[in-house]
Amino acid sequence: MAKNDLLGGSLWDQYSDKVTTLMNNPKNQGEITEEEAAANGNKLIVADFGAESCGDAVRLYWEVNPENDLIVEAKFKSFGCGTAIASSDMMVELCRGKTVAEAVKITNIDVEVALRDTPDVPAVPPQKMHCSVMAYDVIKKAAGLYMGVDAESFEEEIIVCECARVSLGTLQEVIKLNDLKTVEEITDYTKAGGFCKSCIKPGGHEDREYYLVDILADVRREMDEEKMKAAADAGVGGDFKAMTMVQRIKAIDAVIDESVRQFLIMDGGNMEVIDVKDADPYIDIYIRYLGACNSCASSTTGTLYAIESTLKEKLSQDIRVLPI
Amino acid sequence: MQVYMDNNATTMVDPQVVEVMLPYFSEKYGNPNSIHKFGTASHPAIAKAIDQMYTGINAADSDDIIFTSSATESNNWLLQSTWVDQILNGDKNHIVTTEVEHPSVLSTCKFLEDQGVKVTYLPVNDQGIVEAHTVKSFITDKTALVSIMWASNETGMIFPIKEIGEICKEKGVLFHSDAVQAVGKIPVDVQDVHIDFMSMSAHKFHGPKGVGALYIKDSQKLSPLMHGGEQMNGRRSGTLNVPYIVGMGEAMELATKDIESKMTAIRTKRDRLEDALLELSDTFTIGERDNRTPNTLLISIRGVEGEGMLWDLNNGLIGASTGSACASEDLEANSVMLAIGADHELAHTGIRLSLSRFTTDEEVDYVIDHFKAAVLRLRGISSSYAKVQPTPGGEATECAI
Repeated sequence: MAKNDLLGGSLWDQYSDKVTTLMNNPKNQGEITEEEAAANGNKLIVADFGAESCGDAVRLYWEVNPENDLIVEAKFKSFGCGTAIASSDMMVELCRGKTVAEAVKITNIDVEVALRDTPDVPAVPPQKMHCSVMAYDVIKKAAGLYMGVDAESFEEEIIVCECARVSLGTLQEVIKLNDLKTVEEITDYTKAGGFCKSCIKPGGHEDREYYLVDILADVRREMDEEKMKAAADAGVGGDFKAMTMVQRIKAIDAVIDESVRQFLIMDGGNMEVIDVKDADPYIDIYIRYLGACNSCASSTTGTLYAIESTLKEKLSQDIRVLPI
Repeated sequence: MQVYMDNNATTMVDPQVVEVMLPYFSEKYGNPNSIHKFGTASHPAIAKAIDQMYTGINAADSDDIIFTSSATESNNWLLQSTWVDQILNGDKNHIVTTEVEHPSVLSTCKFLEDQGVKVTYLPVNDQGIVEAHTVKSFITDKTALVSIMWASNETGMIFPIKEIGEICKEKGVLFHSDAVQAVGKIPVDVQDVHIDFMSMSAHKFHGPKGVGALYIKDSQKLSPLMHGGEQMNGRRSGTLNVPYIVGMGEAMELATKDIESKMTAIRTKRDRLEDALLELSDTFTIGERDNRTPNTLLISIRGVEGEGMLWDLNNGLIGASTGSACASEDLEANSVMLAIGADHELAHTGIRLSLSRFTTDEEVDYVIDHFKAAVLRLRGISSSYAKVQPTPGGEATECAI
């Protein structure tokens, strides 16, 4: 939020001239009939995407030459806002003259870029980017029908943000590499969640399979686990002072198990760690002797000194061991 | 010609209102709290505005009408202070409202829920209104407040405020109504109905933006939202916005004086417009006409998406409104239309036209022509009216939202 965000609105002013022109006079709207396609020896494909009850619907017509899979003619019909109509029109324009296999590669971003007046200025405001996604989906649907395969088979990866076409894999990688902590940071790095915002969290314009908040939480959890595992692996050699309480106790136990406990057991005794407390600059480790150690004279002198110096050497020079 | 048919969003300030406001900017600009003559120079005009407000809604002298910055402030004040007075410092924990209130009520209720208040959001029937018996069944002995709008901004439907008021009186529960869409459009008489609090906004009845009011029956307790000076008898601090208060009073008088004949005139135009638009096939309007504010119609046009329709109307220099998902900045479907629940499509094909006492017959004719032309053009593009059906397997799956 800042000065430029204070006055919202002006939605339509942010449309490019191309979007405005195509909304007012779509060039490629219309239908192709079975008869027309058959007369040319071509195959007609008609695919729907969206529904009136969703607020957006598009019907795409392809006349395809079965010899070379070339889309020789294309048309559309659309129930939708200006962006939906203009992007459907541009999508049809981009399909025409391509083979079905080539058309499948057209994305909503290609459509949006083609609608720009100047290369650097988006054709529509962020929240309308969503309306161009349908143009992409309906191509997949038509291609699937023509090839006799499922439309989803054209998706190589799981797309979390359809507006910016950001995949799950990319998001996980970017969060990890850049140590991202908030959804806003994810949007800054990847543009995901910067358009219709449906993919940020449940309850938006559309229901999604994956949400940025969940992906972020999962990756952060994974990162924490990895960090802890690394600390645990580093164990004795790690920075004792930087460890969490649980990590410290584990490290102390590891040192005691390795270098102390066996000697106590040999003498019929044992010990346990009761507590670890920061007593700046010291770290106090409270222990309790068990079995024979309780009555052993050296438990407060030689044995104690041996335990303390071992822990000091292996973990931190600031350790003090206090028997209770 | 350009035609403004979005009077439920805001209205033109009546030139007569502007005229009475003007002296209070650069001529009589004193602070009414000052004791010198510069300060007191505005007192007669403020007193007149107060009288105009009391007369406009038939308030008793024992009641308070407190000027605020907006109905949003009035709603926030009432809700937040009820929370403080009745819940934090009382033994109540519950507020009853509806699913279709203005965001200034709904968002404040959500905020109060975050603070631990229980809030019941009542559903509306297929007419878009809450029924009185529904209200009754949700009031408990812990209910602090019932807050229900007088008329809907989206549909114009008028809620059974008198019946609900009686129920609240009987149950001993405070009753508030956001009457923003009712005051100045239909008769509002606070002595005819039992009502404790009522919010109003000047710019909905040809007054200026930035001034509203809260009616408080019998000057009853309600902690202030704005703390500071002693203005409005300590109920609402902030230097009195003299020109706007004067303007609101004048606008109130102009809107409510002889309201029946004004209503008839607007209703005649609205009904003519509605009848003409309903000549289009596959259209319907929401709510019984007789139970609507006389200036409002909400029409669903099959196969024409709301924002697309607004676009074409705008090209014809007509200002209208829609509840369509696509048209709002946040892309959310219209909650009022969804709450009506009759048809999901409506939330995307609804167009609201709201007239005013300044709307002319020529304007109505112009809108009829342009509206019909826009529907014709957009249905020509619409997939809903396409003839060639999808290749088997190419049908769309139903909406998952």
